[in-house]
Amino acid sequence: MPAYRSVREFDWLMLVLSSAICALGVLQIFSATHDTHYSDAWWKQVIWILAGFVAMWVTTLIDYHTLLGQIPILYGLSVTTLIATYVLGMSAFGSRRWIGTTSYHLQVSEFVKLVVVLLVARYMTELKTEQFELIDLLKLGGLVALPTVLVMLQPDLGTALTYLPILAGGIFLAGLRWQYAAAIVVVVALVLPVAYFVVLKDYQRARVISFLDPSQDPKGSGYQVIQSKIAVGAGALWGRGVTKGTQTQGRFLPVPHKDFIFSAFAEEHGFVGVIVLLGLYFLLLMQIVQNAQTAPDRAGMYICMGIATLLLFHVLVNVGMVVGRMPVTGIPLPLMSSGGSNVLAIFMMLGLVNNVRLRRFVN
Amino acid sequence: MKLHADREEQGLPAKGLLRDDTKFASGKIAFFQYAAVGVFLFLITGFWDLQVRNPQVYQERAMENSIKAIPVLAPRGKILDRDGRVIVDNHSSFSLFLSRENLKMEHLKPIAEGLNLDYDSLVARVKRFQSRGAPQYQPIAIKEELTPAELAFVESHKDADTFPELEVIHVQHRLYPRDGLAAHVIGYVGEVSEAELNTPEFARFHQGDVIGKDGIERQYNDILMGVDGQRRVEVDSFGNERGVLAEDKEAIPGKNLQLTIDLDLQAVAELTLENRRGAVVALDPRSGEVLAMVSRPAFDPNLFAGRIRSKDWKDLIDNPDHPLLNRAIQAQQAPGSTFKPIMLLAGLESGAIDDNFTVNCPGGANFYGRFFKCWQRHGTVGIHTGLVHSCDTFFYNIANRMDIDDIAHYAEMVGYGHKTGIDLPHEAEGVVPSRKWKIRNFREKWYPGENISVGIGQGATTVTPLQMAAAIGGMAIGGIWNQPHLVREGARLVPVRHGELNQENIKKVVSGMYGVVNEGGTGVRAHLPGIDVCGKTGSAQLVSNDALRAGFKQGQSMKDNAWFVGFAPCNSPEIVVATLFENGEHGQLAAPIVRDVIKAYFDKKQRLAQPREQIASLPAPLPGQLLRPPTAVQPPGASNP
Repeated sequence: MPAYRSVREFDWLMLVLSSAICALGVLQIFSATHDTHYSDAWWKQVIWILAGFVAMWVTTLIDYHTLLGQIPILYGLSVTTLIATYVLGMSAFGSRRWIGTTSYHLQVSEFVKLVVVLLVARYMTELKTEQFELIDLLKLGGLVALPTVLVMLQPDLGTALTYLPILAGGIFLAGLRWQYAAAIVVVVALVLPVAYFVVLKDYQRARVISFLDPSQDPKGSGYQVIQSKIAVGAGALWGRGVTKGTQTQGRFLPVPHKDFIFSAFAEEHGFVGVIVLLGLYFLLLMQIVQNAQTAPDRAGMYICMGIATLLLFHVLVNVGMVVGRMPVTGIPLPLMSSGGSNVLAIFMMLGLVNNVRLRRFVN
Repeated sequence: MKLHADREEQGLPAKGLLRDDTKFASGKIAFFQYAAVGVFLFLITGFWDLQVRNPQVYQERAMENSIKAIPVLAPRGKILDRDGRVIVDNHSSFSLFLSRENLKMEHLKPIAEGLNLDYDSLVARVKRFQSRGAPQYQPIAIKEELTPAELAFVESHKDADTFPELEVIHVQHRLYPRDGLAAHVIGYVGEVSEAELNTPEFARFHQGDVIGKDGIERQYNDILMGVDGQRRVEVDSFGNERGVLAEDKEAIPGKNLQLTIDLDLQAVAELTLENRRGAVVALDPRSGEVLAMVSRPAFDPNLFAGRIRSKDWKDLIDNPDHPLLNRAIQAQQAPGSTFKPIMLLAGLESGAIDDNFTVNCPGGANFYGRFFKCWQRHGTVGIHTGLVHSCDTFFYNIANRMDIDDIAHYAEMVGYGHKTGIDLPHEAEGVVPSRKWKIRNFREKWYPGENISVGIGQGATTVTPLQMAAAIGGMAIGGIWNQPHLVREGARLVPVRHGELNQENIKKVVSGMYGVVNEGGTGVRAHLPGIDVCGKTGSAQLVSNDALRAGFKQGQSMKDNAWFVGFAPCNSPEIVVATLFENGEHGQLAAPIVRDVIKAYFDKKQRLAQPREQIASLPAPLPGQLLRPPTAVQPPGASNP
């Protein structure tokens, strides 16, 4: 008995939207790197995207209920791998995020996102009561906090932070008493200053300061924000043309093919290009939400909404950073930023969404 | 699958349905959708602000980032000798500039440390530029002639994150002859100083301009100095050029300048003077063209070609021999016996003496109750023998018979007491004493007794070597004084001065000067076989004007200066050479120098007069050879004994 009706039910619109975003990403990676040492980044990205399609197909085929059933193993594997990465992992760019050989490495924390999504979905599905109780909050919070802290230690604050919206989104959907919500706000308000001075590293504190006032340290952390804003502004309405943006081409923009790819895109394609690209992201997001609305069960709904929340968070923080409205956290733009792990992880998430969609009429 | 299977087993119980009902979340999902719309609007307003509301601000800043105005420094014109041979050339080098558009004061410390510059003076220099209001695009030169190591430091630090203000510019540096050849004539270039900018002559320059500071470089700065250009280039954040956007202003190179100096004669004069303190000036009296001008000790103008180091400058300034002084036009010394031809001419012209005037010299004479010594017992001397043997007693008598103002009249006629007007800065004018001069400087009247020492070129009279060459040369060609000059074209020449002199009297003086060299006179060492050389020796007591003012009394013993002035041929002079040795222990060597320069002149003339085939076979002088030290030039005696 097939677990889904037909390949025709596949979410082709979502595939088209994500492919369009990927195509613009490849174009921008090419434009930003064509005369640098990274000039091979664009075709590497194409290979990662093709691999992503395969990964999406695979995650579509395995019934998500099966995956949910394996959560204890997946979770245990994730935590073990994160610890292993921390202990053994290669040091690149001053942090231990990758595992593998130098030429072929994967960023484990990207795939942990999938596990967190599934973990939250399963926990919420198996709630004994209609209300999400304090004890649940502590239990689930603890489960999510463990990998978060491990990733933070790598140190990769940006990726670590992406786990929290999945949790928050899940709790929001499950329904939390307002008293608890209020209590969380109070605790966060108390913990934040302590975290700022005790947990955050100097460069992270500098990032916060430079976010609040970029001009204070224009050559340090604020430099990236200032250069990014200049790039975006210089793009104006119609943009300066592919390979014509001086901020991008002149390397004034930091990592214009990775974290600041949207800034490079905005410089070379202008406000019009930005609207088109943001429109694509919005449509993709709404398509995922639509799949959540038509999900056959709560688990599917939680999975889709977890992924939607995660992507929204990614877009908000990355694009917000580009226009100086969010601090520099160093998280990639989904589907666009050059980098294999992120592309693979995102396509696997889209595969999960498809997975849910294809099983919506099974009951 | 497991959960799914469970539900199937339970046969879709009511509770299961309830548990798996997703309807409860529809409101919250809708909320999420609104939140997403909010997030996207929030982001879009960010782009709206930057890209639509005021993109010009950011476009300008992007331009500031990526577009740099780089000055294109115009090379100065070359300085050539009269035959077109290069005396002063340029060579390519790299200079380090600080671009002021993105200059950060806090970067100066590490930059100074990285390049071994003095931090305090670097800061002072940058501040000076800022206070002067020089154009913003004009960068500040901070180091010349970068070594490969320094270039490497700059290349690795000029990126946008480190020191984007560092700018290496290719410049044409002055390359002067070695060992100070013609250093005083040429002068040197340097960066215009703060003090100079406040003077009218230099007010039109900008801070950082390299201008002629002395000599020809200064006198003809406007011809030699080009006009700097500027180009705009696109750079990346590492400071590397990505392409030229526009040649905003093309650099206009300075024009070449041809001097009247003859490098062959100059080299001979430099060589023969060696490194003794003194000067040599060779002129063509018929035109006033300066053929050679040497002052020693010399300095190395290449020290100034970039920015002179303060230690080098201090060494030059503190040197007791004053190497920066151009003795040819600035040394004002008593002419001594070289004044006697002028004195004889003055006596004859004024009628104070006639052709038959004779004096008995017993080794001196009494005037106004004082005994004035002669350097020898000459017995009876006339106007010819008096000059040939340089008899002091004879000239004491002429001076005694004349009024001081008449003596001054003739001294000024030949060019003493005022600048020759040569096209060099800082020329000295010397002193010709007269009644007016005494009143003006000492508020005293003139005592006739003071005439006596003036008669032998002592007393207050002082002249420069250039004045002497011009005076004797002009007299020798019949009382026509052309203005000495170093540049043929473009020099502003004052009209030729014609003295109203009896040509017969001039011939008598010239005949006396012929005797000095050729009839066993005091200048036999200047004798040249085959060429009629005329001349006059002189040894003058060293008297500074300060000493005069301090109440210098006649007879005070001081170290002598040695002079020789000579010209040839006697009857139609083509070249006149004056030599001064300060504190002339080598007084005997003054005459041979003049002889050697005159010989070099006629040797060359003879060589050029040979048939063309032979000239073509002569080795053509290469520019490189001319830049060799004068010691490498063959002495004239060796080439044609």
